[in-house]
Amino acid sequence: MELADLIAALAIGFAAGMAGGLIGVGGGVLFVPGLVIFLGLSQLEGQATSLLAIVVVAAVGAWRQGTYGNLRLKDGLTIGLLSPLGVLAGTLASNALPERALALSFAAVQLAFAYQLARRAFAPRDEVASPP
Amino acid sequence: MSERLGRLAAIATAAGAFSGLFGVGGGTIIVPLLILWLSYGEREATGTSLAAIAVIAALAAGAHALYGNVDALKALLVGVPAVGGILVGTALQQRIPERAVAGAFVVVLVVSAVALVV
Repeated sequence: MELADLIAALAIGFAAGMAGGLIGVGGGVLFVPGLVIFLGLSQLEGQATSLLAIVVVAAVGAWRQGTYGNLRLKDGLTIGLLSPLGVLAGTLASNALPERALALSFAAVQLAFAYQLARRAFAPRDEVASPP
Repeated sequence: MSERLGRLAAIATAAGAFSGLFGVGGGTIIVPLLILWLSYGEREATGTSLAAIAVIAALAAGAHALYGNVDALKALLVGVPAVGGILVGTALQQRIPERAVAGAFVVVLVVSAVALVV
């Protein structure tokens, strides 16, 4: 691992967290490319490893949001505890897919996400006003 | 099963599948569905989604670890600075225009999507 790559990985981690704090998006779409491009993991390893980093960030983020009164803990935990069936299906599928197919579909997810954000960023002011 | 619990279960299954398949939290699925199906406000949906994500990502990381694909050290390398980032981000929330951040984020996403595929 080169020093420049290490610094880039640290920077993309910081950016992922900052984006999470500022606009409430998850870090995964940045963790995965950071891990694959700068830390030499395969697409599948990058995605698997990203999940572990997300646990920490989401827990801290939920705690921060909780102090602002934006957390309904019971619903959040209910969703988490009802997820195993989906998690299992997704994990099996990602391990069965060829690496190339995984990389291409992940990139498609990133672009769809970028499109969503771009619409938010460049929408007229009254359309981005937050609901009550 | 009540209708409300059924909706939470549907959100959970969809987000879980997305998370296991793509290595992301599933917030892109959870937040809009909480707003649409359970009449959440945007901020509440974001906060609640983060709590769900913490559990979902832990389960998915565990499942992927069984395949031996989780690199704990490298997870820390991006995860620890991210915690710093999230604290700075929430502190700056009132001072930085949301659309500037969103715009910068769009550029990073598009560039890294291209870098992953090429």
